[in-house]
Amino acid sequence: MIVKRIQLGSYIIIGILLILCFRLWQLQILDSDKYKRLSEDNRLRILKTPAPRGIIYDRNGTPLVKNIPFFSVSITTDNFKGIDIDSLSAILGLSKKEVEEKLYRKDNSPFVPVKLKQGLTFEEIARIEARRSDFPGLFVETDVGREYLFGKVGAHIIGYLGKITSSQLNNPELRHFPPDALIGQWGVEALFDSQLRGIPGERIIEVDALGRELRKIQERPPVKGTDINLSIDINIQKAVEDAFGDKAGALVAIKPDSGEILALESLPSFDPNVFSMGITANAWKSLMEDKKKPMLNRAIQSQYPPGSTFKIITAIAALEEGVINLDAKVNCTGGINYGRWTFGCWKKGGHGLVDFHRAIVESCDVYFYELGKRLGIDRIYKYATAFGLGKETGIDLMPVKEKRGLIPNTEWKKQKKHLPWYLGDTFISSIGQGFITATPMQMALMTATFANGGKIYKPSLIKNNQSLQGIIPLRQETIKIIKEALSGVVNEPNGTAQGAKSFLTVVAGKTGTAQVVGKKKGLSGERFTDHAWFVAFAPVDRPEIAISVFVEHGGSGGAVAAPIAKRAIEAYLKGQKPRVTSQDPRSRNQELQHGEN
Amino acid sequence: MVKIDRRLIKNFDWITFSLIMSLAIIGIMTIYSATRPPLGSEEHPDFYLKQILWLFISTGVLFVIVSFDYIWFYRLSYPLYGLGILLLLIVLFIGRTSMGAQRWLSIGPISFQPSEFFRIFFILVFSSYLTNMSRNYVDKISIKNLFLFGILPLILLIKQPDLGTAILLMSLFVVLSLSKGISKKIITAIVIISLISIPFLGHIFWEGLKDYQKNRLTAFIDPDVDPAGIGYHINQSKVSIGSGGFFGKGYLKGTQGPLRFLPEKHTDFIFSVFAEEWGFIGSIVLLGIYLVLFLRGLDTAIKAKDEFGRLTALGITCMFFIYFCVNIGMTLGIMPVVGVPLPFMSYGGTALLSNFAAAGILISIRTRRFELFYP
Repeated sequence: MIVKRIQLGSYIIIGILLILCFRLWQLQILDSDKYKRLSEDNRLRILKTPAPRGIIYDRNGTPLVKNIPFFSVSITTDNFKGIDIDSLSAILGLSKKEVEEKLYRKDNSPFVPVKLKQGLTFEEIARIEARRSDFPGLFVETDVGREYLFGKVGAHIIGYLGKITSSQLNNPELRHFPPDALIGQWGVEALFDSQLRGIPGERIIEVDALGRELRKIQERPPVKGTDINLSIDINIQKAVEDAFGDKAGALVAIKPDSGEILALESLPSFDPNVFSMGITANAWKSLMEDKKKPMLNRAIQSQYPPGSTFKIITAIAALEEGVINLDAKVNCTGGINYGRWTFGCWKKGGHGLVDFHRAIVESCDVYFYELGKRLGIDRIYKYATAFGLGKETGIDLMPVKEKRGLIPNTEWKKQKKHLPWYLGDTFISSIGQGFITATPMQMALMTATFANGGKIYKPSLIKNNQSLQGIIPLRQETIKIIKEALSGVVNEPNGTAQGAKSFLTVVAGKTGTAQVVGKKKGLSGERFTDHAWFVAFAPVDRPEIAISVFVEHGGSGGAVAAPIAKRAIEAYLKGQKPRVTSQDPRSRNQELQHGEN
Repeated sequence: MVKIDRRLIKNFDWITFSLIMSLAIIGIMTIYSATRPPLGSEEHPDFYLKQILWLFISTGVLFVIVSFDYIWFYRLSYPLYGLGILLLLIVLFIGRTSMGAQRWLSIGPISFQPSEFFRIFFILVFSSYLTNMSRNYVDKISIKNLFLFGILPLILLIKQPDLGTAILLMSLFVVLSLSKGISKKIITAIVIISLISIPFLGHIFWEGLKDYQKNRLTAFIDPDVDPAGIGYHINQSKVSIGSGGFFGKGYLKGTQGPLRFLPEKHTDFIFSVFAEEWGFIGSIVLLGIYLVLFLRGLDTAIKAKDEFGRLTALGITCMFFIYFCVNIGMTLGIMPVVGVPLPFMSYGGTALLSNFAAAGILISIRTRRFELFYP
């Protein structure tokens, strides 16, 4: 009996040993590659040393951003199974829910550390280090964040850094980024992210189970990102921000001889510093829902009728097409009647007899109705589009999409409205109202194109960068006559833009008013005040800066927008001072005098 | 003075002896590798030196035991068992607590675990109890004896708690009873009583466990729910063994142990360190050594000259096998983590000594298989 049962026992022993052998075969042969990899990962940790991001400078070499190191605490994903989340969240000062959300995120991959908290204080670091042995895989590392030295000023251009989004992680170029990486999400930071970013360094270290560094195996220092020299002048941006006060609107300043953007302001603005360590959902929501719309880039996204600033186009068209005699006068009695409609002039009593020059200087609508009638909408369309209106200027300020504005013609109205084009449409179009809309960016580019005599540049945010897109074959005569008139707008006693007159240079410009629809119905209040426009360039004979100003519900362009342009122009000239003083001061004076001719 | 019989030398079970000696030497080599410092600058812990010393002591004890006729164990089994129960009781009151369990007794500079010796005393006493019972009386295992040899030691061990030894004693109780031959009636009764008392006993058992022991059991069922990180230990053990591959990383080339990824690497998880360095080939050879040892043990039981020797040899072999299975199964992730050392290999003086003592009894039984003696 016993012997028999013992013999049975030996079969049981052999059977169980075979099971153990099978299991060994499974682990050491079938799955050995997997476990070899896991064991390597166990031993080695690859720490990315963040690369200092390239610095963004303005055109005068003023840094606009600064890199600031901050500390984060991370944990390697394999080690947190069964971790004591209660005490971990207590150490980190986070809620249990926040910690769990981070640990159990779907896109966590094994052995890539998960960032638990960024921007630690020294007290927090000390607390974490003291308890680290209780949490294998927990470690403190250094990150690089961004400080925006001018805050809100220029925020729409400079943009900000933000946490990489899940859709960006699907992008093959960004796929290797850790889930909490900060990348450029807006403006120049986003646009030039790949240059600014640099190459992160890598430290391969051997660690033990507690994540303690035992030995450095390999180290590759980070490569700093490329600095970017922007074309913008932060002094202008600051001056503009001051000049606007609490009004909303936009200003675009362009260098006419290259297309470099000297300033681009959209107000109200936002503080990019709130994004630098990852913005909370609530803060983002309140920014997006703010009635003042700080995230709206009014310079390229607001499209409104340009009002009388558009008369520059009508005037150019009239001269180029030879439809008028410069000395011929039109009698403005405050409006003209056409059919059963009356088309009024902004000056109720009328301008009396006006010639071409006066009509521009005093912005007589009746004179321009006559020009429009002689030209017809399609010829106005031809010049307006040649100057870049009604289409994208090509400026890229990710992720904001530029608006196109609209320049109508007979064909457009037939297709979109299924109506014929009426002469009345031409009247209001020739003074920049009706269907016509444009963005401040387009108006600035148009002004720059005229100021340089017809050369069309693609707007650029990079210093010393120019790309000529084409030339409008304008006659010198046309340019000269209109420049004189635009100079008159600012500098002659009856000009509509006295507020832009500067003692530093000769400014030429044109005011405009975009009517707000509700006003006609007799409503009043700020919401129904007209939008003010002003476009300008200076010095008039050899323009160095061309500007468009748009003030939301600003009222009259001359009273509100023109002084802002003047401030911007003067800020630009002051910024140029070192260059001027290095030359013979008299040459500057001559230039000024020349401009006044 | 004990007279060394020439026949003793002639019939000495050199096979069993060399099997356990080679396991002990492999063990010391592996302890050396497992505890070597990850950085050259650190001092090498002297675990391997202590184990070498213990091996000398254990070998000496083994020879002393072999030189005695095992009839003495038969005669002394009840007093030894009484002593064992007494020691366990003392441990309960004045034992030294380490790692949450009260298992150690200190006598001067030496501290030892009474439960390590108690398992041998248990095998001896239960074997002599079953030997004295004629085949016909087996059916009448009394409630008193069931309590004395089953439930009392179990309670004392669970109280410590020493889960590993408790499991071992239960298994030995069943295996030895079965080999003696217990009627189906008794087995059915035991099963029914167990089933009825499981909710009650299970509760006492579960509440008696320390938190870490509860964690080990739940971690085995679901490694993700494991606050003490036992699931992590199992995973790291699998990584160690699996990364060894077919040929292994080579002796002193394993990384898991020295880099402290593997917990208890020189005690409970010593096989993981071995398998990482020696691979599938080495592991199979090691398992082969154990297989030969177990089969040799069973063969000793079969060839034993009397029933006491037969039951004792079976019990000892069974004890080695159960510890082996639980330990290896745990490192391979197919058994719950119960703190059971791998016989002859794991670091630990008391365990090595008691295992060598048990092996000494085994060798003694085989050596004397031709002698004529009926107790």
